[in-house]
Amino acid sequence: MVALDNTMDIREGVDRETVETVQSMAGKYKHGWETDIEMEFAPKGLNEDIVRLISEKNGEPEWMLEWRLGAFRRWQSMESPDWAMLNIPEIDYQDQYYYARPTSMIEKPKSLDDVDPKLLATYKKLGIPLKEQMVLAGVEGADGEQDPERRVAVDAVFDSVSLGTTFKDELAKAGVIFCSISEAIREHPELVKKYLGSVVPVSDNYFATLNSAVFSDGSFVYVPEGTRCPMELSTYFRINAENTGQFERTLIIAEKGAYVSYLEGCTAPKRDIAQLHAAVVEIVVLEDAEVKYSTVQNWYPGDEDGKGGIYNFVTKRADCREARAKVMWTQVETGSAITWKYPSCILRGEETSGEFYSIAITNNWQQADTGTKMIHLGKNSRSRIVSKGISAGHAQNTYRGLVSMHPKATDSRNYTQCDSLLIGDQCGAHTVPYIEVKNSSSRVEHEATTSKVDDDQLFYCRSRGMDEEEAVALVVNGFCREVLQALPMEFAMEAQALVAISLEGSVG
Amino acid sequence: MSAQARAGTRAARFQAKLAATEAQLAGLELPASSGWLRRARENALLRLKAMGLPEKRDEYWRYTDPARLSGATVTPAKVFQITDESAVFDGIDRLKLVFVDGVFDAQASDVLALEGIEISRLADAGQRDIHWAQDLYGAIETEGQSPVARPMAVRNTALASDGVLIRVTGKPSKPVSIVYRRKSETADAVLHHVIRLEPGAEMTLLENGPVAARFSIDLEACIADGATLHHVRAQGRDHERSGITHLFARLGEKSVFKSFTMSANGAVLRNEAVIWLNGKGGSAHVAGAAMGDGAFHHDDTVFITHAAPDCESRQVFKKVLHNGAVSVFQGKILVKQIAQLTDGYQISQALLLGDNSQFLAKPELEIYADDVKCSHGSTSGELDPDQLFYLRSRGMPEAEAQGLLVLAFLAEAVDEIASEELAEEIRVRLAGWVNRHKA
Repeated sequence: MVALDNTMDIREGVDRETVETVQSMAGKYKHGWETDIEMEFAPKGLNEDIVRLISEKNGEPEWMLEWRLGAFRRWQSMESPDWAMLNIPEIDYQDQYYYARPTSMIEKPKSLDDVDPKLLATYKKLGIPLKEQMVLAGVEGADGEQDPERRVAVDAVFDSVSLGTTFKDELAKAGVIFCSISEAIREHPELVKKYLGSVVPVSDNYFATLNSAVFSDGSFVYVPEGTRCPMELSTYFRINAENTGQFERTLIIAEKGAYVSYLEGCTAPKRDIAQLHAAVVEIVVLEDAEVKYSTVQNWYPGDEDGKGGIYNFVTKRADCREARAKVMWTQVETGSAITWKYPSCILRGEETSGEFYSIAITNNWQQADTGTKMIHLGKNSRSRIVSKGISAGHAQNTYRGLVSMHPKATDSRNYTQCDSLLIGDQCGAHTVPYIEVKNSSSRVEHEATTSKVDDDQLFYCRSRGMDEEEAVALVVNGFCREVLQALPMEFAMEAQALVAISLEGSVG
Repeated sequence: MSAQARAGTRAARFQAKLAATEAQLAGLELPASSGWLRRARENALLRLKAMGLPEKRDEYWRYTDPARLSGATVTPAKVFQITDESAVFDGIDRLKLVFVDGVFDAQASDVLALEGIEISRLADAGQRDIHWAQDLYGAIETEGQSPVARPMAVRNTALASDGVLIRVTGKPSKPVSIVYRRKSETADAVLHHVIRLEPGAEMTLLENGPVAARFSIDLEACIADGATLHHVRAQGRDHERSGITHLFARLGEKSVFKSFTMSANGAVLRNEAVIWLNGKGGSAHVAGAAMGDGAFHHDDTVFITHAAPDCESRQVFKKVLHNGAVSVFQGKILVKQIAQLTDGYQISQALLLGDNSQFLAKPELEIYADDVKCSHGSTSGELDPDQLFYLRSRGMPEAEAQGLLVLAFLAEAVDEIASEELAEEIRVRLAGWVNRHKA
């Protein structure tokens, strides 16, 4: 692909071969295969018994079960939100499996080496390194050696269970806890009890409450005071089983002065029937701490006719609880049939800072309603929003955001830039920002534009021998540049390629 | 709980809303009329009962509480006497129509005759069997009910007791000016005007004055191909009154609509504009300058639909807010798939002076055509200290420097007025207000 070859700044340490590896990723949805493996399912449907069963399978203490049951009872009296610009087909919550794990995982393997080779092969095929000597696909050097600077610890979640987590020992030496949330509930109940639900309350919204009742696994990160996490942490979510919802829960705690960068990736097989994914991510950031959270969301988007795909209903929120806490969300949303997702920042402490960088690409019949909330509660807090929405085919893409300056959040600042790009005349691009300023000394700026791919730029690329799709991919990559640059390198490469793949078939 | 049962709670809330509306409208009598007007009113009442009066929890009313505007009783409001400046547009040669507390005052008005236009009073025309306005009264308002319901406009169509019907066939030599005066502290005025501009016609419509303790004004304008309507409005300076206005405009091919509103003071004031660009090459500009000090709640809600190719629209709204004043801007540009080559622009800005002022904005774009150029911007903040310093360092006293910067901030909205003579009338009143309300 000329688009990637000639124009992207290739960061230091990435050689030609790497670039070519990424380029070779071009093709239709490439993670659509499934792993043929024996699975154990909980009975279909949703009721208190299923909630009890999930809790029991995870070996949870009584308080956790009560927490889940409370959420389930609350959920029953709630209504599915209808305010997003999404056309969501009615979901039959009784016609789903809420728990599915590979039979080989019933007896928890002692280490990743003991995990069923078929499962390991799955992640290998996805390019996710589950062996510590390996690194993420696309970043290994020419000789296959890993660069110690670029190691990534991985938690691999397969349907309802975590298969295992790499680099645990080394992280433990630094005092960092990185494990599955089910393990954390068993091993570190005091931390989970203190923080779980403290950022996204049990009854926060319909999908978060559902998640609170039935979440099966997810990741837990604890970075102690003054610690800089020695490597990037990553969770890779894979939905494999049919008719199964994935409900993961992630909790990240950065103590005073801590720093961690966390990556999240997700894929699922091609299926005709839509599948449900309702996740909750909570991040607690204390004094002077910093958390970077990056997502490349590449769930199966459905086929060209809009059949199948993942319904992605996600609640992500970071609480900058104390002074100078900092959080940065970066997301590349290319997959899912429906995306309903608003990673948010509560800027509670003084001089806290929240950033949100987003690329949302919708093609064919995909629908996305995504954005962020910046809630300024502390004095001198800062936030920045950069959102790029790209719509092609018959897709609908909405940026929805809130910037709220509370009366006490004096001298705060926000800057928002949302740009939308339309490719073709059958799609839609929408912007729905809410701006609520309740003190006089804060400054809020919001800008938004909507336009089509510039003909002059296309012509320029075409006249230099690119075909039309390559030219569009190049122009779109340029449009997204600000956000791509905010991603950790490992993801930036994948994301650039994804931008091109997601738009395939959108031209002509 | 099943999906149906869950849907039930939302439906139940809607049923409760309808019941509350029914209760509030019970015993309410429509103004006496016959013929087409009676039918339009009855139809509106049915539509209102089917959609329900607005509630604070409605998305479209999240920043403004409709209770005071839609409630059965009127909150009394003192009449504000202006002694420090002449009434706006006084120096303009115009055809004057005067309403006092929402009732047409023939004696205070000019003779309703001007070349190129036909004017009649709603209360009279409604008694006739046939009138040109019968195809428009409530009709443009009905078109404006989708995609967002505007029950307060329907309520107006049902209850309006007076108004003017203006048909413009040529290019009248002077503006038509509607003057709203107040005498009573409790009057509840409901006025409904209809304007039809025939192809190629051109008119300037002026509105000014505080209207009533509480008021609702609907203005429906049908602007045919090649016609132009200029609209300049100054909403008086009464502090305690509350009111809602709706401006419905339907534009044909190459027709032009330019509307500017100056709002100063007021307990609750909401101005809605609903504009349809239905013909190729149309142009619609809506602008507003709103100023409040203390107990002031002002709301500009604008919805512009591009339903034809090659049209242009602009929304320019500026707010100056002192000491706890609250201003809302809800603006939307909707571009339908057919409306290629659309040029849409929207800016909403607030200057927050003194403590506790609030700016609440929802500037929206909804776009279904790809070959368009649409943008919006929204900012909120204090006066720029650098600019203040610049003026101060050149020897300008602080208060004067602030005043100058506030007027400069408002200028972009005033520049939307095509007539320099009218713009000057507005500038003088803006300067007066700014001088009386220093930060």
